[in-house]
Amino acid sequence: MSFEIEILDSGERYACSAAQTLLGAMHQLGRRGIPLGCRSGGCGVCKVELLSGEVETGRMSRAHITHEEQAKGIVLACRACPRSAVQLRVLGHMQRVFGSSAMQSNVPTLRPAEAATHQR
Amino acid sequence: MSLTGVLRPGHVSIRVLDLPAALTHYVDRLGLIESDRDEQGRVYLKGWDERDWFSVVLREADAPGMDYMGFKVDSPATLDRLAGRLREFGCKVERIPAGELKHCGERVRFDSPTGHSFELYAQKDYLGTAMGLQNPDPWHEECLKGMQVQRFDHCLLYGDDLDGTVKLFTEVLGFHISENVMDGELRIGCFLTCGMKAHDLAIIRHPEKNRFHHASFMLGTWEDVLRAADIIGRFKIPLDIGPTRHGITRGRTIYFFDPSGNRNEVFSGDYTYYPDYEPIRWTADSLGGAIFYHDQALNERFLTVVT
Ligand code: FES
Ligand SMILES: [Fe+2]
Repeated sequence: MSFEIEILDSGERYACSAAQTLLGAMHQLGRRGIPLGCRSGGCGVCKVELLSGEVETGRMSRAHITHEEQAKGIVLACRACPRSAVQLRVLGHMQRVFGSSAMQSNVPTLRPAEAATHQR
Repeated sequence: MSLTGVLRPGHVSIRVLDLPAALTHYVDRLGLIESDRDEQGRVYLKGWDERDWFSVVLREADAPGMDYMGFKVDSPATLDRLAGRLREFGCKVERIPAGELKHCGERVRFDSPTGHSFELYAQKDYLGTAMGLQNPDPWHEECLKGMQVQRFDHCLLYGDDLDGTVKLFTEVLGFHISENVMDGELRIGCFLTCGMKAHDLAIIRHPEKNRFHHASFMLGTWEDVLRAADIIGRFKIPLDIGPTRHGITRGRTIYFFDPSGNRNEVFSGDYTYYPDYEPIRWTADSLGGAIFYHDQALNERFLTVVT
């Protein structure tokens, strides 16, 4: 059983089976659109918002997906397997710091408290 | 014996989302050996060539990352002396009684300017290896599994006040700088050693405090690194990058993720560091090759993805 996944940001569409994750199917086909990180629910870069469709999710880092977000259909694409066709919007991003001009500032960047409290 | 004070990295405590999945990864795939569990549900692991009872502690939690990294010191007297020096430096110091981690003596826990927790300890129970200490064979078939990692080697951490943590490790704990990565006059990466390895701890400048980039485990040869790559393919372990070589430390390496998104490295080879060495300096115009010597280019995921 395979479902059509649509990344609304880029218009990219690809097929994903019920056994694959939204991110895994995209990556395996060499497609792009959702940032590819740890593929294990830990780093948060593959965060997406489901605008339509159903998924089943595995364990996701609570540092990146709160219960409230999950209830609103925000998931980590590497931990979500489709149960229907899905339309999604990308929320996660790779934040480049090393070797970039951001490194030139000695002032620590302040991030939202939710992202900053990693110790559980 | 000229190696005194802080002897070596002794353990790392890693948070995982799903303990059974983590054990499949760390035991069956990396080849660590389970050596105990405790009533809190923590699992203790060690490499096949490590003599102390454990070097990795896995703890189930709802977010991955590193709880703390521990270093072994040469004596209880050193432990007391360094606890005082850490307090003078301004660290928050906590003495954790013997037995809080099974098989481990009293630990001195301290925080660092980059927001990471570290600890020192002087004693850990001896478990030994399958080869033993008398007329040992070089290895023992019963303890070799998966990638066959020999031991826990180092951690690479990301945090904001890099210079503060470097000052702490060099001035208080006696570490040496083996290599610096510079962006003009700003240090953006530092590789620190407490012995004769090219590094025991590496820190990279990053806007957020207390980020965990990877825990690294040592293999014997480059061939073993390629074999680890085969295991990564065979069991569909998420690959980060490699097999390749670092310019920094010269390590031949491969990176991948555990089932909770914590990055692991297995590597082979560096160089011998002597305490009279001047630090190696890497400059911004050569960063690509400093990090990935074959590609001579930086990799977005390797630089940005942390837990
Ligand atoms: S890729 Fe890291 S959480 Fe999905
Ligand atoms: Fe490393």
